[in-house]
Amino acid sequence: MNAGNDNTLLQVNDLVMHFPIFRGVIQRQVGAVRAVDGVSFDIRRGETLGLVGESGCGKSTTGRAILQLYRPTSGAVHFEGVDLVHLKGEELRRMRRKMQMIFQDPYASLNPRMTIADIVGEPLIVHNVATGREVEERVQHLLELVNLNPSFASRYPHEFSGGQRQRIGVARALALQPSFIICDEPISALDVSIQAQVINLLEELQDEFNLTYLFIAHDLSVVRHISDRVAVMYLGVIVELADRDDLYLNPLHPYTQALLSAVPIPDPIADAKRQRIILKGDVPSPVNPPSGCRFRTRCPIAESICAEARPEFREVKPGHFVACHLVK
Amino acid sequence: MPDIILDVQGLETVFKTPEGLVHAVNGVSFELKEGETLGVVGESGCGKSVTMLSVLGLIPTPPGRIVAGKARFNGRDLLKMSGEEIRHVRGAQISMVFQDPMTSLNPVLTIGRQLQEPLMMHIGMTRKQAQERAAELLEMVGIPNAKDRLSDYPHQYSGGMRQRVMIAMALSCSPQILIADEPTTALDVTIQAQIVDLVKRLRDELGMAIIWITHDLGVVAGLAQRVIVMYGGYIIEEAAVGELYTDPQHPYTIGLLGSLPRVDERKQSKLYSIEGLPPVLYQKPQSCPFAPRCKWVMERCWNENPPLETISPDHRVACWVDTKTGRSRS
Repeated sequence: MNAGNDNTLLQVNDLVMHFPIFRGVIQRQVGAVRAVDGVSFDIRRGETLGLVGESGCGKSTTGRAILQLYRPTSGAVHFEGVDLVHLKGEELRRMRRKMQMIFQDPYASLNPRMTIADIVGEPLIVHNVATGREVEERVQHLLELVNLNPSFASRYPHEFSGGQRQRIGVARALALQPSFIICDEPISALDVSIQAQVINLLEELQDEFNLTYLFIAHDLSVVRHISDRVAVMYLGVIVELADRDDLYLNPLHPYTQALLSAVPIPDPIADAKRQRIILKGDVPSPVNPPSGCRFRTRCPIAESICAEARPEFREVKPGHFVACHLVK
Repeated sequence: MPDIILDVQGLETVFKTPEGLVHAVNGVSFELKEGETLGVVGESGCGKSVTMLSVLGLIPTPPGRIVAGKARFNGRDLLKMSGEEIRHVRGAQISMVFQDPMTSLNPVLTIGRQLQEPLMMHIGMTRKQAQERAAELLEMVGIPNAKDRLSDYPHQYSGGMRQRVMIAMALSCSPQILIADEPTTALDVTIQAQIVDLVKRLRDELGMAIIWITHDLGVVAGLAQRVIVMYGGYIIEEAAVGELYTDPQHPYTIGLLGSLPRVDERKQSKLYSIEGLPPVLYQKPQSCPFAPRCKWVMERCWNENPPLETISPDHRVACWVDTKTGRSRS
């Protein structure tokens, strides 16, 4: 993709993340799960990039590989111009202060034996930014920011509902005043009436602190609401990336078109009018992905070229990238 | 007019928990007509699944207990049937598909074996007949090479395929009613679209009535003819599908629809959000269960729980407030 300008916060270039599969007594490597297989995009300061795709498409792995929670197999990740892939130890730790993550499952991502104060305050202590009384004050302030009563600080996670726990996760992510937050399916474990509360909170915090989000989700309606630009992943690759409205109103890749048409609309009249594209079959295994275009086995318009060559991820009009041989 | 095949009246179910008695279903009444698809919508804990499990006698007792109510099916009360009798109804005349296709199949039996079981039990087929019918059923739900795949085990099937198997199994004895409890929640959207498409096709071919339980107002919009919205163990609104989405009356339904971002349009910058949390009812409420979260709340809402009242032929709502005017109804 184009070289980053001053406004680019994060640049991902040809990121590859393979997980080796070992078999036999001597644990020889017999293959690899090609979870992410050459992904490139950049994120501008202050924007929200939505990353959508179905389960197993590699969207969460992409997020984790960016933060170096997984060490990428190859490729480059530049954050504020610094290459994260080759950073180690203390240098990486220092960069991590600026990049935080909110996880999907608010039940599994909070330690049940720690109080809320300990959970939210831990990043401050680990990164030596505050001690003692100061930590306490910062925690109180953080809880207020996410609309939780600061007097709850001495309680344990089990005393909170799913939505409240997710707020605690948000407070923890904000503790180090990061500039970039990866939200990995932050609302998919929550009830419908609670989802809107958390989305609104994330948007308010973004405005207040000029945060940049990578918003990973499978729910295309939510992504349309919160994102400025959207990338669609399928089986380890990005098949389309565009401005939000451009992508939703004028999807070019056949997978994006099918995906959008499959989302049910809470409106029987609008729903009845829509043309639904039903894809055949399931997503192939990332251990042994199809040759050429990865979507060709389910693509309604695939031709012979799709099996032969991997389509290039190219800019078909300003800001609209697509990886398909058949898009003119 | 089509006949009413299931008539549930005044159903109440409670659960004994260490924290106290939880009132999960608090007097639910509804009817299901022949060949109709009824959507039951609500958030977790609203009592939608417990209602259907109670009707089918699938509530573990203890801790659960059905305190009151009737459920007439083909002229008989399902709630009064003995275990033996209701077993004949379940699977044969009323069958159920559950949310998680991973855990509803037995991992150590082949798909074929599991498909044959209801056929041999309920219709009295021989193993050979059942084998043939099982292959037909798999084909009907769109599994390629159905015959060969009968000898596979559940782990060899993907999530979407397993849910197809569950549907094949549920339909194997040609039931009059299919109860589907969040059957697509665990699936990806493109697979969900496949399953919804399949169910619609089978409904048109076989003509069974469907009760589709879900938290997803989107799925129901394209599938059901009538929708029930539940909250705190009560039905708070019931309407024909078109009317519910264009003219919702209950503050909860309005809030729920307003809080949903939509894939086909960009909403206002902020989503409408319902503050607070859904209730856990340790007591049968004397007030409206939604009152603490309602922005239309009035004095009366705190003192009396509104009954479900008919406001037009296709529309029932349980609310003291006319949300159009903000004033008291009637």
